[in-house]
Amino acid sequence: MSKLLSTESWQYRALNAITPGLNYFSDALIELAEQGHPVVAGSADLQYSNGLNKFATRFPERFTQFGISEQNMVTAAAGLATTGYMPFVATFASFLGLLCCEQIRMDVAYSKLPVRLVGHHTGISLGFYGTSHHATEDISTTRAIAGLTVISPADGPQFAAAIKASVHWPEPIYFRIGRGREPEVYEKGTPFVIGKAIEHGQGTDLTLIACGMAVKGALDAAQALRAAGHSVGVLDMATIKPLDREAVLKAAARSKLLVTVEEHNVLGGLGAAVAEVLADEGTGARLVRHGIHDEYSLIAPPTHLYAHYRLDGPGIEAVARAALAGGTTDSVRSGAAA
Amino acid sequence: MTPTPATAAPSADFTPSPEQIALLREKARFVRLETIRLIEIAKVGHYSSVFSCAEIFSSLYYDVMRLREGEPQWADRDRFLMGKGHAAVGLFPILAEKGFIPKASLDDYTRLGSPLGDHPDMTKVPGIDFSSGSIGHAMSAGAGMALGGRMQGKDFAVFAMVGDGEMQEGQVWEAALFAAHHKLSRLIGIVDRNGYQLDGKVDDVIGVESLAEKWRAFGWETHEVDGHDLGALTALLRRLRADTTRDRPACVIAKTIKGRGVSYMETEPGWHLGYLAPADAEAAVAEIMNKDI
Repeated sequence: MSKLLSTESWQYRALNAITPGLNYFSDALIELAEQGHPVVAGSADLQYSNGLNKFATRFPERFTQFGISEQNMVTAAAGLATTGYMPFVATFASFLGLLCCEQIRMDVAYSKLPVRLVGHHTGISLGFYGTSHHATEDISTTRAIAGLTVISPADGPQFAAAIKASVHWPEPIYFRIGRGREPEVYEKGTPFVIGKAIEHGQGTDLTLIACGMAVKGALDAAQALRAAGHSVGVLDMATIKPLDREAVLKAAARSKLLVTVEEHNVLGGLGAAVAEVLADEGTGARLVRHGIHDEYSLIAPPTHLYAHYRLDGPGIEAVARAALAGGTTDSVRSGAAA
Repeated sequence: MTPTPATAAPSADFTPSPEQIALLREKARFVRLETIRLIEIAKVGHYSSVFSCAEIFSSLYYDVMRLREGEPQWADRDRFLMGKGHAAVGLFPILAEKGFIPKASLDDYTRLGSPLGDHPDMTKVPGIDFSSGSIGHAMSAGAGMALGGRMQGKDFAVFAMVGDGEMQEGQVWEAALFAAHHKLSRLIGIVDRNGYQLDGKVDDVIGVESLAEKWRAFGWETHEVDGHDLGALTALLRRLRADTTRDRPACVIAKTIKGRGVSYMETEPGWHLGYLAPADAEAAVAEIMNKDI
């Protein structure tokens, strides 16, 4: 007889039950498969971490286990796509966006095959698993690959909506998602348009431009700043490539200050993408790029890291306040008042 | 071209007739001659990499593979991938003969805007089933195609020709494990075991022996054959293609000679990449014309 465990205990294969946010991925694929779309999925020994086990149970003939062979998975997905399928292959973003960079470039993007790459547990969301499991460079690497769309959903419902929107999207896509525990910003079923920023209010003092898990913090920070009398808008820049340049330029024309927020190195990421638009168009708008400043993250539980790197609501608010007060670059980074 | 039925019993006699062998020999000769002609346009190329696999090209495209002339995208066609993409110059003339690309396009090989470069590009060249150039990807892509074929209940075969230096790439062995585990029996790998890579003998650079034992240990039905013996090579490839009882992928180690057909290339590994000035090209052509392989 097995020992009765406390209700506080859990084991890996029950992750979906503990973290329902993991189910969005499978649920969206199941819906597409049931509608007759040629979606198939594959995972590299992480089907319980990304929730694809649910899809694998429902459609075992459409799921392929690749084992710990990420590069083979990406290239094989490209081969599979040549036979008429739309493969969704998933692994940790650190492996997909960095280890498999060349396979993504050569076999998927250059070959123009409709592969959907899902890098999960991106940014520093794997907390104390450490730098090997963090992905603070995957926007930079994927954004630089021609012909690849890059989408960083804020939460599970937006990810599911983006998957559905991707069915008729001609380019391969890199989805950069979290760990399935992001506080939800969007209601289930909210439509998603690839390449369009989502505006959450407009502001003349400040526009926060965020992607991924940072959207929630940006919304919380905006709320607090508005309560203090500032005029603040938020743009959810879920599609990082192709970037909604028009939305950036409108925000630059409207607001005295732009602050980008990302769970990523500020080099090459969302902030860099926005800076490129501002520089291209000669706007001269003041931009503060908030994120990880070219360093490797400390070890800590994820929420502690988000607080440490000021990527949660209070942290983003502090950075925005320092920037609004006209602080120096260093003081803004540290969130100190000018 | 006679399509090979997929239902033939493995015990059947797959030996090609003397007439068929003679035809394949002429096609291999054609590959070598066209390679010399096209490299003259580029002024640099991989002669000897093509010469080692000219018989493999000939056997596959003029005998073993199920293809429809003029229909490079036919869904039930057999697929061909090459990890050693630098041998593409020898494949393009075949694609032109098959009606996949215009013959005239060969005349602009590597010139500005040509679809035909040193490495094969599926986005530019009809008949190229997968792009290559970065060594080590072909077996994975081929495995994905074989998987897709099985999911759709199709019986097309996937031939993935790889170099022996390519065996040094880790991804090859990821694909080897994967294809065996998933019993991708329509995947047939061919290793062009010509013994050389850019920096010298494969076994001096990073040795890959015992190659057949490695593939067997990875779970592949493995065969060794003289890659220039069109009778034995074709009989083996016909049999592997026809065998529907196999429960695993197959690997053919084709023992070849790099530069085969031009005597001085056969003994000089530097010819991996090079250029034959017109007078020397003429002599090479004469040697190819006067010697049967």
